[in-house]
Amino acid sequence: MASDVYFIDEAAKKRFKRQRIVFNILTYTFLTICALFMLLPFYYMIITSLKTPQALTNEMYTKTLNLFPSFDQLTLDNYRIVISGYSEEAKTFAEGNFLRYYANTILVAVCSTAITVITCILSAFAFARLNFRGKNLLFTLLLATMMIPGEMMIITNFTTISLLGWKNTYQALILTHAVSVFYIYYLRQTFQQIPNELFLAAKVDGYGVFKYLWKVMIPIAMPTIVTIIILSVMGSWNAYLWPTMVTSEDSMKLVANGLMDLFQSFQSQPAELLAKGYEYTDNLRLAGSFMVTLPLFVFFLIFRKYIMRGVSRSGIKG
Amino acid sequence: MDDTKRDGWKALLALAPAAIMLIIFTFFPIVNTFFMSFMEGFKLKDGAGLLAINNGFSGIGFGGYRQVLTDPIFQSAILNTLILVVVSVPLTIVISLLMAVALNGIKKLQGLYQTIFFLPYVTNTIALGMVFGAMFGSADSGVINQIIRLFGGTPKDWTTMNALKWDSFWVIIVYTVWNGLAFKILVFMSGLQSIDKQYYDAAKIDGTSKARILWKITIPLLSPQILYITITSFIGAFKSYTGVISIFGKGEAYFGGAGNDWITIVGYIYKQMGSSGKGAYTKGAAAAVILLIIILIVTAIQGAVAKKRVHY
Repeated sequence: MASDVYFIDEAAKKRFKRQRIVFNILTYTFLTICALFMLLPFYYMIITSLKTPQALTNEMYTKTLNLFPSFDQLTLDNYRIVISGYSEEAKTFAEGNFLRYYANTILVAVCSTAITVITCILSAFAFARLNFRGKNLLFTLLLATMMIPGEMMIITNFTTISLLGWKNTYQALILTHAVSVFYIYYLRQTFQQIPNELFLAAKVDGYGVFKYLWKVMIPIAMPTIVTIIILSVMGSWNAYLWPTMVTSEDSMKLVANGLMDLFQSFQSQPAELLAKGYEYTDNLRLAGSFMVTLPLFVFFLIFRKYIMRGVSRSGIKG
Repeated sequence: MDDTKRDGWKALLALAPAAIMLIIFTFFPIVNTFFMSFMEGFKLKDGAGLLAINNGFSGIGFGGYRQVLTDPIFQSAILNTLILVVVSVPLTIVISLLMAVALNGIKKLQGLYQTIFFLPYVTNTIALGMVFGAMFGSADSGVINQIIRLFGGTPKDWTTMNALKWDSFWVIIVYTVWNGLAFKILVFMSGLQSIDKQYYDAAKIDGTSKARILWKITIPLLSPQILYITITSFIGAFKSYTGVISIFGKGEAYFGGAGNDWITIVGYIYKQMGSSGKGAYTKGAAAAVILLIIILIVTAIQGAVAKKRVHY
């Protein structure tokens, strides 16, 4: 550390200090540019989603950069259209479904997280605490499935769901991804760090293994379990491919595929929107994007510490 | 383990919930899809049941693989995927490493910067892909073109049907890098913070330059994290698809139509899944198996390299 460094003479000390200042300026400049690069898409999303159709059209025609629009160029109409649809008659994105997408996503997230956590705790417990034949073989087999691309499962799962008649049902959205091998692995690691002495002590007190799991292991592993809950909820909010496969009805869509379909519907420039002055639909699209992003941000602000710690220890996405 | 007595039935009880779902939705599908890829002209039959073998097919063999490998759309999907992987993965790793090292070198505002850099992780891939699509957009829209115009450049069509393939390419790369930095920075930061400060103090006494410290101390000591990030990013990049369609939309034009189309291997699989033609599932399944083989080969190569280069 700089304060522990001793210098031969004053000149050397000065040179060292000067170098450090230059280096600091360079570092902060670099980091600030990076931070602006990270933030620009968010800023652009929010500001564009609030622009009136007139302001946006004008901007397109005059080809001007308008990153700081004046107050009269802003409106909440875009959000009203995204939430309640643009047309009363046409059935294309007309049923006011964004709130429905929210409700669906929350329901699916809560149920699949609950099932994920329960199955994960029980299996991690079996692998960490219980003795049974073929334990290591089974565990290796589980880990091996993590290498396999999800599309291998999705093809057959799709035919399974079709044959069961489960298209457009919640169970299709919840059950297929309700067990996570990665979380089992992650929680088993935590369970294994619990000292064996605790188990012996609990046994003396007359605890059975399941009571020990409930009274000792789960409370000790709570930080890991909270991380799993958070990551699982975020995963549900991000789910896109599978929901797209199994939902065709608007009332069953989740936020991500609802948003994608909204995008598709705007690409075709529906007459109802043109009549409302929406020659360009960037503002509507990004209002939709913000609707999907906002709950995640709120979630992040509340659980920032847990999320960042959990992600750095586990690390999964996509 | 002190108690050698087996808890067979307890284990069965504890594993049953996960096992039932894993068997139905993970193990069975892997085997079934594998068989499906060898069943030429596969077609779902009503009431045939869950097993692939009970449905309609015209023969057993490598026909599906032959069809897929000779399909020009699949060939371009492989090429596109490889290009995206080879460019985006090293770029993201180098940038995130530099950012993590810079971030680790400051004291004031470190938490703020770290939170800002983490934000892209807490987003929805589709939602932010749409934002990047709008930021680039067509020749007369989008903030990027307006900035280009401000500096006297010529605006371009980046994401429309008229966009050139190599212009669209940069949109995908910028989005992929932006989206991938957060997680890598976090992992590198936790690695950097666990490096013993003594190494740096020793280097300081010797008057070693910053660049040399980075190259000779930081990167070797960070090699386990770099290996982990490299393997996971390669696997992730080979599966890219959602990011691409969130920028351009998933119209027919981006599935083997227009010249700018960036169909990927996974995109090809979903294209087959969306078509009800005879043998489409065979092709989709074959493509999925080929993707699995590519991922296994790449991971094996990385494992071999790691044995020589990673210091634990």
